[in-house]
Amino acid sequence: MGSACWDREIEALDRPSLRKLQLKRLKETVKYALKTPFYKARLGKAGIRSPEDIKSLDDLQKIPFTTKDDLRENYPYGLLAVDRDDVVRMHSSSGTTGIPTVIYHTKKDLDYWTELVARSIYATGARKSDVFQNMMTYGMFTGGLGLHYGAERVGMTVIPIGGGNTKRQLQLMKDFGTTVVHITPSYMLHIHSKLAEEGITLKDLRLKKAFLGAEPYSEATRKKIEELYGIDAYNSYGMSEMNGPGVAFECDYKKDMHVWEDSYIPEIIDPKTCEVLKEEREGEVVLTNITRRATPLLRYRTRDLACLYKQGCACGRTHRRMSRIMGRSDDMLIINGVNVFPSQIEAVIMKVPEVGNNYQVYLEKDGSLDKLIVKVEIYSKLFTGDISALEKLKHRLKEELKASIIIKPQVELHEPGSLPVFEGKAKRVVDNRGKL
Amino acid sequence: MKITQISVFLENRKGRLYEVCSLFGKNKVNIRALTIAETPEFGILRVLVDKPEEAKKLLKDSGFTANITEIVAVEVPDKPGGLAGILKVLNDNNVNIEYMYGFVERSSEKAMMVFRFEDPDAAIEVMKKNKITIIGKKEMGAI
Repeated sequence: MGSACWDREIEALDRPSLRKLQLKRLKETVKYALKTPFYKARLGKAGIRSPEDIKSLDDLQKIPFTTKDDLRENYPYGLLAVDRDDVVRMHSSSGTTGIPTVIYHTKKDLDYWTELVARSIYATGARKSDVFQNMMTYGMFTGGLGLHYGAERVGMTVIPIGGGNTKRQLQLMKDFGTTVVHITPSYMLHIHSKLAEEGITLKDLRLKKAFLGAEPYSEATRKKIEELYGIDAYNSYGMSEMNGPGVAFECDYKKDMHVWEDSYIPEIIDPKTCEVLKEEREGEVVLTNITRRATPLLRYRTRDLACLYKQGCACGRTHRRMSRIMGRSDDMLIINGVNVFPSQIEAVIMKVPEVGNNYQVYLEKDGSLDKLIVKVEIYSKLFTGDISALEKLKHRLKEELKASIIIKPQVELHEPGSLPVFEGKAKRVVDNRGKL
Repeated sequence: MKITQISVFLENRKGRLYEVCSLFGKNKVNIRALTIAETPEFGILRVLVDKPEEAKKLLKDSGFTANITEIVAVEVPDKPGGLAGILKVLNDNNVNIEYMYGFVERSSEKAMMVFRFEDPDAAIEVMKKNKITIIGKKEMGAI
C-alpha cells in the first residue's frame, strides 16, 4: 500500500512533528500579522501582542475569526504585512457590495503555493510525461494560474487555454494528446455532450485524468464523468483567500481530500455558535494559512460546509482528509464555477430606475451548464410603450450584471406587482438545478 | 391631427389579453383597432379606442402598465398600390416610421392605416402637402 509522494518528508511527516511544525509556522504568521494595522488591533484586543503569546496549537482558539467583510473593510492595503516592493503578485475578487477583496503574494509565497499544487498533482499519479490542458479561467481567478504553475513545476506539458470555446478545447485535446485536464464538473459534462457534434470519439483522445474543482458536485457526478470518459476524476479544493487551488486535493486513492496541514490549519466550526467541532462532524471550514507572508489570514471563515476525518489514508500521507463541500453557510451561489452573491445582483437592479425594486433569481440547468435568469418588474411610470426601449433596457441590465458578476444572465421583464414579494435576499433565489 | 393610442405592457401569461378586453367591455370602451408587438416573454398591446383617456385610467386603476402614444391614422386608397403610394411619399421625404398597422373601417371604400412616426409633426406636414387624408380624433370617434 501507499503511493508515491512529491515531498515524502512533509507529506508523510508523523503527526507530532507536523503539529510542531504548525505551531512554529503559526507563531511566525502571527508575527507577520501583527505588522498589519488590522491584526494589530484585532489580536491586541484578544490579548495577543507578540508571537510568544501563542504557546501551543490550542492557543489558536484565542484568535478571533477573520471574515470576508474584514478583507473588504481593509481594502486595499490594511492586511498587507510586507513591504509593497516585496509583493510580486496580487489576486482580487469582486465583493458582494462592489468593494473587492485582495490577496498579495511575495515571491516566496508563490513558491510555496506552487509546491502545494505540484504536490497535489503528483498525488493523483500525474507525471511530467503528461500533457495538461488547463481549462480554468486565467487572470484574477486563481484556478487558472494556480494549477498552471504547479503543473509546470511537475514538468508536465501545459496547454494554458483557459475556459470556454469547446470546439478549440476538443481540437487541442485531440491534436496534442491531452492526458490530464483541470475543469469544472459541469463543463466536463458539457464537453462530452458536444463530442458527436465535433465529430470526435473517445478513441481520438488520450485522456486519463480530470482535476475537478471550482464548484460543488456530488459523488454521483464524479462517477458519471469517470464512466462517460473512462478516466479517473479527482476532487480539489481551494479559494483565492487561501491562495487558490491546492488547499486540499485527492490522492490516487480518491477517498476525500488531504488538507495540506504544513500550510493550512483547518478547523470545523458550528456556523451559528462558532464552537469548534470534532472530526467527523459537519460544519463550516475555517482555515489559517501559515505559510503566506504578504497577506496573513488567521482563522478565516470560508462559509463552505464540510467535515474533517481523523482516520489515516492508505496512501501513507499523514495530512488529514476533508469531505467534499456539502454546501454554504451563507447565500453565495456558484454558477458555472463563478461565485455570485444575490446582493451583487440586487445592487445592479437598484441602480436601474426603469425597473422596480422587486426581483427574482432563477437557476436552471441548460444541458450540463447552469443558466441564470433574472426576473425584474418594469417601473410603470417609465413605460413609454416603445418596444425597442424595453429591449435596450434588457440589454443594459444584462451588460451591467455581467460587469458585476462576470456571468451574463438571461433577463426577463415582468409586469409591476407580478413577482412574489419576499423579505431577505436568499428567498428571492429559486435554484432548480437539483440537489448535489 | 394626431390620435391617442394606448400601449399596454403584457406578460405572456394566460388570459392577460382577455382581462384587458373584458375590462374595456364592462366599461363600454369600444376598440377600433388593435395590434400586438411580441417578444418571447412579453408583448405590448397597442389599441385605439373611442375613449382613450378613460381607457388609460381604467387600465391603471386595474394594475396594468399602460401609457399613451400619439399616432397618425390615414386613409389608404383601397386598390393595388394604395399603401405603396403613401410609403413612397414618406420615403421620398425621409420620414421614419417606427411601426404601423392597418385596420378596416365599417362600410367604407377606404382602408385605414395607423403610423407611429419618429417625428409625427414633420410627417403630418409632409402628408398634408401630398394630399394624403389624415383622420382626426373626431372622425375616429365616429367611425
